Amino acid sequence: LPLSVAAKSTFSTDEEQTPFDDITTYNNFYEFGTDKSDPAQYASMMKTSPWSVTVDGECAKPGKLNLEDILKPHSKEERIYRLRCVEGWSMVIPWLGFPLADLLKRFEPTSKAKYVSFETLFDSEQMPGQKRNVLDWPYAEGLRLDEAMHPLSFIATGLYGKDLLNQNGAPLRLVVPWKYGFKSIKSIVKISFVEKQPDTSWGRSAPGEYGFYSNVNPEVDHPRWSQRKERRIGEFRKRDTLMFNGYAEQVASLYSGLDLRKNY
Amino acid sequence: MRAQTAVQIREPYFTKAFKPVVFALALLPLALLGWGVWQDTLGANPIETITRSLGEWTLRFLLLTLLLSTLRRATGWVQGIRLRRMLGLFAFFYGVLHLLSYLWLDQFFDWAEIWYDIVERPFITVGMLAFVLMTPLALTSFKAAIRKLGRNWQRLHTLIYPLTMLGVLHFWWLADSKSRTEVPLIYAVLLAVLLGERLWRWSVPRFSKTPVTH
Repeated sequence: LPLSVAAKSTFSTDEEQTPFDDITTYNNFYEFGTDKSDPAQYASMMKTSPWSVTVDGECAKPGKLNLEDILKPHSKEERIYRLRCVEGWSMVIPWLGFPLADLLKRFEPTSKAKYVSFETLFDSEQMPGQKRNVLDWPYAEGLRLDEAMHPLSFIATGLYGKDLLNQNGAPLRLVVPWKYGFKSIKSIVKISFVEKQPDTSWGRSAPGEYGFYSNVNPEVDHPRWSQRKERRIGEFRKRDTLMFNGYAEQVASLYSGLDLRKNY
Repeated sequence: MRAQTAVQIREPYFTKAFKPVVFALALLPLALLGWGVWQDTLGANPIETITRSLGEWTLRFLLLTLLLSTLRRATGWVQGIRLRRMLGLFAFFYGVLHLLSYLWLDQFFDWAEIWYDIVERPFITVGMLAFVLMTPLALTSFKAAIRKLGRNWQRLHTLIYPLTMLGVLHFWWLADSKSRTEVPLIYAVLLAVLLGERLWRWSVPRFSKTPVTH
């Protein structure tokens, strides 16, 4: 879809965008290896067509949809978001896609649905990194339903006006800009509406390091990284990390009354 | 004994050619990093690449330094020992650059933040400790110090064992809790082999015709 057709969003930042080459060669996608350069090297092994997504759990219209049917009702828009990795680096990425809420509403979640969980494709023939037991496969992530329904939460199918490359989570991925990057699960094949807070891969791997919320928070350190500062890819000096990655105005109210030090 | 049959490099080739070549090779990693900066081939996050590469080279030179006397005992190549000071000093050299890249490129000499890192993050704590232990070894590596310290020099320089272990631990703890430990594991295994050989020679005296020095 040409950029001129994509609607401009008021949620977009006008900060300088990270070069396409950096966005597509510096990736954490352990399904293809744990080095930042592995995904760009091996992600072509993944077949993104045909692709289907299973929707189940507490909703009126569960089912298995192929990618075309997922995408059809949504017009694409561009969202230029900051992305902050838990490792202390950040990028600015012009995503292409549609609000997550618009997708989720189609399945008519019931009143029992309190959380949404997501899963990435699990097939070690296509994702050689899954042959090693570095995480609990398939990769799983989750959001509280109100987080998922927030207008900032986004499903990306492209960036820089082009279709997503596999290393960035083709054919569709989540983008939750106020949380650390690993929450934005890639190459989604399953969406479940659930009553209880779901497990996440990183949470299972190291519960003391990766909490369910994982909101960007300069006040709460990761055991191995101070989260007070970050290096924007392409910049020399570090910059201060902002609460909720600079989206506090939009999302802080989601967490009123919640102790963010405990609920990291 | 195998020790007498091993091939030695003829003098003066060892001093005039072999040693300078090793010296030049030891500078190559730095040169390649410099070239990478110049040509912008170090990826999206060159500072991370530089810091990690310098850290790994520090470990590699420490292991090479430890390898020389193992090699002598295993093959009888006695000349290698004459490279030990040079390789040990290269380990320190890369260690200084590794530390400097952290202090400068990572923290921009924000001493409060650095202190906080040392106290709060165990992998930084052990890395700093390894560096602190390496410093007196580098400072006493010249002839006058060796003469002056006598037997204590030998004792002091056994610090290479704990400091290399701390270096490997530093790398291990940097890795994610469950994943990414494969490369640090390789260093741990190599170190275990080098230390194990010493332990074995030391505990089985009949093999230790050549005394166990580092």
